[in-house]
Amino acid sequence: MDLIIEGIVKAFQLLASLDPEVLGIAWLSLKVSGLATLVSLVIGISVGTMVALTSFPGKKILVSLVNTGMGLPPVVVGLFVSILLWRNGPLGFLELLYTPGAIIIAQSVIATPIVMGITIAAMQNLPANLRLQILALGATRFQLVWMLVKEARLPLMAGVMAGFGGVISEVGASIMVGGNVRGYTRVLTTATVMETGRGNFDVAIALSLILLLFCFVINYVLTHIQQRERPR
Amino acid sequence: MKQPHSMLDLKDLKVDRGGVRILDIPSFSLYEKEFVSLIGPNGAGKSTLLLSIMGLLKLASGSVWYRGKEIQSDASRLHMRRKIAMVLQEPMLFDSTVYENVASGLKIRGVGRAEIRSRVMTYLERFNLADMAGRSARKLSGGEARRVSLARAFAVEPEMIFFDEPFANLDAPTRQSLTDDMDKIIREKGIAAILVTHDQSEALRLSNRVVVLNGGAVVQDGTPAAVMNSPVNEFVANFVGMETILEGVVLSNVEQQMAVLVGGHEIDAIGSGLPGNAVYCCIRPENVTVSIANPAHKTSARNVYPARIVEIASMGPFLRLKLDCGFPLTSYVTRESFAALALSQGCAVYASFKATSVHPIGKRTG
Repeated sequence: MDLIIEGIVKAFQLLASLDPEVLGIAWLSLKVSGLATLVSLVIGISVGTMVALTSFPGKKILVSLVNTGMGLPPVVVGLFVSILLWRNGPLGFLELLYTPGAIIIAQSVIATPIVMGITIAAMQNLPANLRLQILALGATRFQLVWMLVKEARLPLMAGVMAGFGGVISEVGASIMVGGNVRGYTRVLTTATVMETGRGNFDVAIALSLILLLFCFVINYVLTHIQQRERPR
Repeated sequence: MKQPHSMLDLKDLKVDRGGVRILDIPSFSLYEKEFVSLIGPNGAGKSTLLLSIMGLLKLASGSVWYRGKEIQSDASRLHMRRKIAMVLQEPMLFDSTVYENVASGLKIRGVGRAEIRSRVMTYLERFNLADMAGRSARKLSGGEARRVSLARAFAVEPEMIFFDEPFANLDAPTRQSLTDDMDKIIREKGIAAILVTHDQSEALRLSNRVVVLNGGAVVQDGTPAAVMNSPVNEFVANFVGMETILEGVVLSNVEQQMAVLVGGHEIDAIGSGLPGNAVYCCIRPENVTVSIANPAHKTSARNVYPARIVEIASMGPFLRLKLDCGFPLTSYVTRESFAALALSQGCAVYASFKATSVHPIGKRTG
């Protein structure tokens, strides 16, 4: 019991003193996961919108695959990205393995299906007649897509949040492709794993508190979004 | 009189869904300043017709012509769509402010900011929405949302406007005020309109042409009085109801007591029509009494006319008599009184109905 209380007290001391190493790790986590989310947003929303608004043979299979991808185990992604980036691997010449770039790639692979899956659902959940109404207002195809995306902006935002929440808290892929190099590829989750292993519970708890804070903010925004209603 | 130009022509329009033909219109035209009511049961193809004109449905065959030119390219279809406004059954507002909603059609057309502002304000005011401009579309009542969708449609100042039952599920006063506002703008701007409606009196009041659809085909197309009084078949008769509808002109009105001239006869009615106004007098058959002797001294009914029975049809427990009083009139009598009065075809009788049984509807002019 003492261990926990002592750990929490020390953790708050670390946070209050703005420990540069802890803050550095938190900042890197935000940067890496933020960039990965940005990549997944660009790919996920554009492809997801296209899939949702068109019909083609095999659409159901594709949507099922995307939905499966929403629960992709990070270690599996870590494994395949490692193989691809391995010195002798197909993308070895990029020399990205054990760099923040590798983590961004792996996390993008994890977040993209999440954003895409939620985008498809969000676009398909818009009332069918909304599309007719926009076209009847004289919209071009491009204006139609833009207006539909604008109408679905809140569920899309939820998708982005879910994607970010997924990657900031994953550890498997980050540790495999990033290597947890101090001051370079050490992020909140990999650092927590390491410090716990070493028995430095105070540092581990401090890192966890920051991670929890991120998760809380994400979920607060999500809840807010989900409680809004569509107009009549 | 100058022949009005057709704005829209449909030729051999056919639409299929799942291998079933759901619309088959050999020809249909909409003329300038015309107000057409489209009536028919659910699934008759009313909405399908509007959507196919807009090019929002794939046609199995046929063509749509806008001002004498066939719509063939995407560009010409878009050009035509931007001349038409369409109001759907649900308001389908965008998730933004009332102002932004009303401005949306203009933004799509790339209208300048200042022009958008002045037009949006004009139509917000016309639909009593001026004080709601900044309000979120999510916080509107059903009636308010309809008004916003009407303002959005009129703001683009269309040449034609299509309404797909836009007033369904609204209470009667709201419905009345909305149709009044809409009708006023349509007349003022000379917009041609097609209204899908289930409401007979709305069709009478607003339109100068009624088109009855059933099973994807036009079964009758004519003036409101022609369709309601002389339905071409059993289906239309059952669908439009059996009211007698007489076209007339108000002669005088003293404290709501109107005298209406119908086919050379005066009919007393209760209403607010002014002398010279064209009106429809609607009389339900169950309110028309038939007798052999002149009931003028025994009845409080103000309208008594000598008549002749021209047709007798069985309607289950009662009989439907078509009478000729110098104007057509329909009456229902029970089988008992039919037998008691010893009625037969060609029989001379008296038809009477009260002034309060006449339901006057102001007629659209021009």
